[in-house]
Amino acid sequence: MEHFAVKYLRKERLPSPFCPGCGNGIVINCFMKAVEELGFKDLTQFVFCSGIGCAAWIPSPHFKADSIHALHGRAIPVAIGVKLMKPHLKVVVFGGDGDIAGIGLSHLIHAARRNIGITVIMVNNMIYGMTGGQVAPTTPEKAITTTTPYGNIEKPIDAVKLVVEAGAVYAARWTTYHVVQLKNSIKRALMKNGFSFIEVISQCPTSYGRRARFKSAVEMLNWFRENSIPISKAKKMKMEDVRGKIVVGEFIDREEEEYSEKLHKLINKVMKREN
Amino acid sequence: MPQKYFWQGNIACAEGAILAGCKFFAGYPITPASEIAEHLALRLPQVGGVFIQMEDEIAAINAVIGASWAGAKAMTATSGPGFSLMQEGVGYAFFTETPCVLVVVQRVGPATGQASKGAQGNFMQSRWGTHGDYAAIVLAPNSAQEMFDLTIEAFNLSEYYRTPVIVLADELVAHMVEPVEVPDKVKIIERRKPRRLDESFFGSKNPREIPPMPEVGSGFNVLVTGSTHDERGYRFTSNPEVHRRLINRLYWKIEGSAREIVKYEIQGTENAEIGIISYGCTSRSVYEAVERGLKQGLKLIHLRLKTLWPFPDWVVEEIADKVKAIIVPEMSLGQLSREVERAVHGKSRVILLSKVGGGELITPNEIIDVVRRLT
Repeated sequence: MEHFAVKYLRKERLPSPFCPGCGNGIVINCFMKAVEELGFKDLTQFVFCSGIGCAAWIPSPHFKADSIHALHGRAIPVAIGVKLMKPHLKVVVFGGDGDIAGIGLSHLIHAARRNIGITVIMVNNMIYGMTGGQVAPTTPEKAITTTTPYGNIEKPIDAVKLVVEAGAVYAARWTTYHVVQLKNSIKRALMKNGFSFIEVISQCPTSYGRRARFKSAVEMLNWFRENSIPISKAKKMKMEDVRGKIVVGEFIDREEEEYSEKLHKLINKVMKREN
Repeated sequence: MPQKYFWQGNIACAEGAILAGCKFFAGYPITPASEIAEHLALRLPQVGGVFIQMEDEIAAINAVIGASWAGAKAMTATSGPGFSLMQEGVGYAFFTETPCVLVVVQRVGPATGQASKGAQGNFMQSRWGTHGDYAAIVLAPNSAQEMFDLTIEAFNLSEYYRTPVIVLADELVAHMVEPVEVPDKVKIIERRKPRRLDESFFGSKNPREIPPMPEVGSGFNVLVTGSTHDERGYRFTSNPEVHRRLINRLYWKIEGSAREIVKYEIQGTENAEIGIISYGCTSRSVYEAVERGLKQGLKLIHLRLKTLWPFPDWVVEEIADKVKAIIVPEMSLGQLSREVERAVHGKSRVILLSKVGGGELITPNEIIDVVRRLT
């Protein structure tokens, strides 16, 4: 029997070029499970936009759908261009932490502020993987990378907190260990009318794990399990006890009028007045 | 009946865009191009179009690219600093064959320079601004009327050749208020769309092919990528043959059509001794200088470029064959003059008449002075 996800994929483009143990496969699996459970027979209702990096290769060329593999960091503005012209489509951005929280961070904040109805899935492997393991804005403190040979002295960014403050209507964080929770969050995000954001902490055994002395991808997944705390628990903890932990869960889930809806209402009003 | 208006260049540009069928504008405020955005913020909703002011110019050009793939005729407008930020996006639009229009209103640079003062320092940038091999279509208006006409032309060329087209204006042309005639009928070109699912959206064996462009959300499963790709859009990041085939087609579909794309005006006599080549605001002074010079019996020929790129080598060469010197007046330290020098192949002297700073125009007298020194 064929794997359930194959019907959503370009078979001729498989297997993927991802390294053994990469978290991208888990993310694809969770995404397609969400799509299937929501009742989509194919991906014709979707447009995928991605930038540059390993996570950007998740939809392009693997998804049997329209996909725009854009410039580094610029998937969100491209997605905005698509969404504003075709508000009925589900526009989904896949990107890595470098793409979304590094070079493209301002677009993330402004898309959340505008509450544009796109879904951004940030696969955070805590490293610039494709370019060979340089420090990222998400790399944990003290981590050894190719550009922090003496250890990282910077604090990692909390992208979920940022989009919540900026105005996202839905934001969640899970790890590749939390597959069921992740799938459920993707379902919720895809059905949300407004800006939705999911951060998936993912393992990069090749470029991060190796230098961080993890022996395998499984060891990294176990690290995610042991190091994660649910947001309900984190709220009751002292700040210094939470530092270095992965806080998982849904950070916000609220309603607010979506941008392209608001915009097209305005356009219709102006057009009526003109005619 | 053609309608007559009294429009500022930037307003004429925005109105030209509306008439051409533009349905999407994303931009970022910048002097001296802001009036285009302001006017389209007002006008686009009236025709069912989308206007959005983005967080920066990089976001603007990329939103334009997204909107174009969603089927819209899309544009942005900026000036030097914004154009510098957009360069990566220009390359992406070229490489993915994404039609779009960029209006660049030149001001004094580099850096912030003199924001509200006109210049002609982006001539080379408009051709070579992005990295890698690239072919550009760049148009240069010299009046409010041409801000209108050439914006429409830019959309037509962009849709036909499936490539970004740049309207390289300048502060003087953009802020001048002049009569503009809007004709009853204007030729409008729409992009070719695929009819079948199995068509190639990124070329064929035909080395000059302009492939049909599907829009996202219509079932074509189109794969757009800024990486080197084959006819189906599949990424090939190391195959030399795939890259050569792609880049040669993209280059020659434009350079090979130079004679169809290029537009220019000639003023002066057949038996000229001195040639003058100009574009944009500077050409206004040249027209005046040549008119006066001809009356005084000077033998002059003036080539005014409406298309800057592809560069009309053959027209320049023809003039170089006849005259003993070509004067190139420009508001830069020498960019157009370098290209003219390349195109004349040493058949004629090329003399740069340059003036930069403060938006000061080269005057007709200054041009005639150079002519007199040569005759």
